[in-house]
This record gives sequence, structure tokens and C-alpha cells, in this order.
Amino acid sequence: MSEALINLFESWGIAKVPEQIAYLSDFGTLAFNVWETVYAPALATLFAYMIGLPLGIILVIGETGGVRPMPKALMSVLNTIVNLLRSVPFLILMVMVVPLSRLILGTSVGTAATVVPLTVAAAPYVARLVEISLREMDRGVIEAAQAMGCSPWQIVTKVMLPECRPSLINGATNAAITILGYGAMAGAIGGGGLGAVALMRGHGRNQIIVMYVAVIILVILVQIIQSIGTAWSVKSDRRINPTETKRRT
Amino acid sequence: MSESIIQIQHLSKTFGDGTEAVHALEDINLDIRQGEIFGIIGLSGAGKSTLVRCMNLLERPTAGTVTVDGQNMTALSERELRAARRKITMIFQGFNLLMQRTCLKNVCFPMEIGSVPAAQAQKRAKELLELVGLGDKAQAYPAQLSGGQKQRVAIARALATEPKVLLCDEATSALDPTTTISILNLLKDLNRQLGVTVVVITHQMSVIEEICSRVAILDGGSVVEMGDVQEIFSNPTTDAARRLVYPGGVVPAQFPASTRVIRISFNGGTAYDPLIASLAIDCGVKVNILGADTRNVGGKAIGTMLLGLPEDSNEAAKALNYIQAQKNITVEEVPDYHE
Ligand SMILES: Nc1ncnc2c1ncn2[C@@H]1O[C@H](COP(=O)(O)OP(=O)(O)OP(=O)(O)O)[C@@H](O)[C@H]1O
Ligand SMILES: [Mg+2]
Repeated sequence: MSEALINLFESWGIAKVPEQIAYLSDFGTLAFNVWETVYAPALATLFAYMIGLPLGIILVIGETGGVRPMPKALMSVLNTIVNLLRSVPFLILMVMVVPLSRLILGTSVGTAATVVPLTVAAAPYVARLVEISLREMDRGVIEAAQAMGCSPWQIVTKVMLPECRPSLINGATNAAITILGYGAMAGAIGGGGLGAVALMRGHGRNQIIVMYVAVIILVILVQIIQSIGTAWSVKSDRRINPTETKRRT
Repeated sequence: MSESIIQIQHLSKTFGDGTEAVHALEDINLDIRQGEIFGIIGLSGAGKSTLVRCMNLLERPTAGTVTVDGQNMTALSERELRAARRKITMIFQGFNLLMQRTCLKNVCFPMEIGSVPAAQAQKRAKELLELVGLGDKAQAYPAQLSGGQKQRVAIARALATEPKVLLCDEATSALDPTTTISILNLLKDLNRQLGVTVVVITHQMSVIEEICSRVAILDGGSVVEMGDVQEIFSNPTTDAARRLVYPGGVVPAQFPASTRVIRISFNGGTAYDPLIASLAIDCGVKVNILGADTRNVGGKAIGTMLLGLPEDSNEAAKALNYIQAQKNITVEEVPDYHE
């Protein structure tokens, strides 16, 4: 079987086929690389939301005419930080936060260390995604909540976040996929995972088949995240009238 | 005379400043009595919404005072204001329900905010949904309801904190005439049953005529006329009032002096075409339609119409008697329209 496969690939002019087949059939190593690809971005997404969610909320409620207006100076500082961090290309940002990674984790290499630059890059992105979701909120509903005597905190926790839930879930899906992509890129600089595999074996050692397999696994991962995210968002949205859906089909 | 629940004194509201200042309200004085249904009517941009928003301090007045149930609202801190707002609740043109919550949870919402125990809140919410005729929709989501049903849920929600005053900002403007009538009847019933004072903001005459006892006419940010609905409607003295009372911008002063003019209000009865036709057939009298602002839905008419009666006084009396005998129609003669 593998003899035939090797001959087939070699007949196409692909080099180092036995080596590549050996890597791909070593399930343990491949699975570990997939795990590395997933866990660093997953952690980073979590941390990015811990920073980006409150930040996004502040960007919406803190503006003039918002639910809890904040000093103009503070708002423009926050906006500037978000814009600055978002305009630095990720590869450069990774290099720039090396001292920060050392400070927090004691090292700047390895998969775990990529969590720091991923979080720094993703937090402002998440803040904007949250901001976009919350801005979809109907002003009238907020006004009604104010008329009922809601405090700004209650408006955020009991009105804005629950009412924007489907959109926030879509944003989180988007964030997770983007961070997964950044994570693969981080493989280039000292990280592990499929990104590193594709780059080092595929590009560095001319292992074309490995590169394609790595990319296909990444595509499948993205598909899975997107499908789960979309399904969850749709399922949680109570605006979708069941009788209407029935009529449409 | 019952005591007043809302007192507004020398209220002004200006948006912006300098050359861009918009004087939305100027020196408003109002006294709304406990237990009445008070109407505020005006054309678009007259300042109606700004005025109601000043009543619960969603908008802070530039000058003047607002007293609700003996409490000077303008003097309260944000925190005290939030507590005071539980006594003066509001419903809106756009319903403003929480779309991700069931109807029951929507009605529970103000009680949740006021830390009412969940079990007690649910019990009261169920009762309120029954009261507005939606006992069977407790577990439905707002997206599954019609406009009229949504407004009923909003009304139940507004009543959850046992308010003294219910403010209705164009609460029926997004509804069709039949549903409008049913919501207005509900407000009337609630006013009678619970004694809640209702403030109705609208640009539709028919709404005021249907449920209000007194009305203030707002024009360009000022109250230009105020008093009993019947008085104001039968004898509007300002241009702004006439524009609202007479349909389609008709100016009665331009009618021939010999014509008697009557104003008919349709309150959801038969449509106006059959009325005019049957007037001709049954009485042999032809009347002149000078202006009409009626909407016809499912054979029911809502709105007003101005008719010029025949010059012959016998025929005029005959026509008037005939129209007065109709159901769901109120008739008034337009007096002294030639100044
Ligand atoms: N937040 C605001 N900033 C500036 N101007 C405002 C603001 N709110 C209202 N206005 C102005 O105040 C005036 C009165 O507005 P308001 O919304 O009270 O009118 P309205 O009688 O409710 O009209 P409609 O029937 O269209 O709802 C308008 O000229 C409007 O442009
Ligand atoms: Mg308005």
C-alpha cells in the first residue's frame, strides 16, 4: 500500500516521499501538533476576551450620550491604544512583545510563549468586535430600561449583553478563527503547531505533502469553529420566529 | 376636583447652544390630575417626546421644575431618580421589548431590577399578562407576537412596579386602527380599574377623542391650548388647534358664510362612504365634504371629516339628525368660523 503510494508521489516528481509518509503516519506527533495549534489560540482567545470584552463595553457606554459617559480624554486614549495595536502587523508585534513574554512566562520561545503576543494582538480586535455587536443594540430598548430605573451596570449586564448575545457569539467565532490564523503564523517564530510544521517541513525541507496536509487540517479546524459558532448563534437567537422559519421552508 | 399628580412649572428644554440651539420646549406649565387620562397632542417636531421625557427626567430640563406625586424630580440624584422612575413608567411607539426574553421574563424585568424575589415576580407577571389578555403567551418570545400583542406585553411590563403614572409616547402610532382601538380600550380599562393616571402623547386626534378627558395642544414647543377635550374640539381658538382638529389643513374661514359646517368623528364604526351615500338615499339630502382625514380598515372608519350642510335649514336639520343617530359617530357643529 505505502509502497504504491510512494511510487505514485515519486512519479509526480515529489521529493523525500518516504520521510513525509513517515511523519504523517506517526499519529502521536501529528496529533500533538494539532493540539499545539489549538490550545495556544484557545487560551489567547480566552485572555483576549477578558481584556477586550470590558474594553469594548467601555468604548460603547463611555462615549458622549452613552449609558455611562466617561471623560473624553480617557475615551480618546482607549481608542488610540486600540487603533495603534491593531495597526501593527502581527509578525512585528510578536517581536515587539518578546520582553513581555519573558516577563510573564520567563521565556519567549515555545508554543506557550505565543499566547502572550496572540493575546496582545487579539484583545484590541476583540474590543472592536464587541463594540460593533453592542452598537447594533436598539436605542429604544436602552431608553426603556433607563425609564424603568436600570443603573448603567444593569443595562450592560441585563440588557445589552443578553440582547446582543447572537451577535457577540458571531464575533467570538470570528475572533477565534482569526487568532487561530495568527497562531499558525506564530509557528514561524519559535511557536509549535501545524503552522510551524507547514513552514519548517514544507518550506524548509521541501516536504510538499506535509505542507498540504497541515494546511488542510487548518482549513478543517476553521470550518469546525465556524459551524459550531454559527449554529450556536442561530440557536440562541430568540428573534428568529419559529413560525416564520417554517413558512420559509 | 382631584389633586394633581404631575405638575410642570416653567419648563424649558434647549438642545445645543449658541447659534445651533434648538428650543424644543419653552415655558411649559401643566397640571395633570390624579386618575385622569391626559392627552398631549401636536404635530411632528412640536416637542411632545421631549416633554414626556422631561416628566421622568430621561431628558434633564434646561429650566423649570417637574413634580411627580409630590416629589420634585429635578432635585433628585441619579440614584433617587432611578427609584422614582418606578412610579412613572412608559410605553413607546416601538414597544422596546427585550427580544431575547419571553413575554413573562419581559414583564418580570422591572421587578428583577427592583430586587423583587423571583417567585413573587413571576406570579405577578402572570397576573399582569392575564390582565392585558395575553395569559397564554407567557412563554412566547416577542418576535412571535403581533404589534398589538407586543404593546400589551409592554403595558403589562410598565404596570409591574405599580406605577402612579403611565406615559404613552405614540403608543398606538405603529398599529392599525382596529388594534389602536383595542389598545386604547385597554388603557381606559386599566385607568378605571387600577386608578393609574395615563398621559397619552399622540399626533392623532382620534386617539385623544377616544380616551382623554383633558388635552394640551403643543405647538412649536409651547402649550397653545389646554382644557377639556370636548371644549377644545368644539371650539379650537388657535391656528395650531384648528390645524389638528380640522382634517387635511382645511381652513373653515374660507367656506361661504351661509354654509353650516359640522365636524364628524368616526370612532371605529361604519365607514364614511356608506354614511354619505345613505344620507342621500334615506334623507334625500346632499352634503358637501369639505375635508376628510379618515382611514378605512376592514369596513371600519377612524378619523374626522368636515361636512358643509345644505343651505336649506330644513334639509340641514334633517341631515344633522340623521348623522347624530348613527352609532360610533360624534358630531359637532363648527361654530363662528368667520372671524
Ligand atoms: N437630542 C436632541 N438633540 C437636538 N435636538 C433635539 C433632540 N431631541 C429632540 N430635538 C429637537 O426638538 C424638537 C422636538 O422634538 P420631539 O422629538 O420632542 O418632537 P415630537 O413632537 O415628539 O415629534 P414626533 O411627532 O415626530 O415624534 C425637534 O425640533 C427636534 O429636532
Ligand atoms: Mg415623538
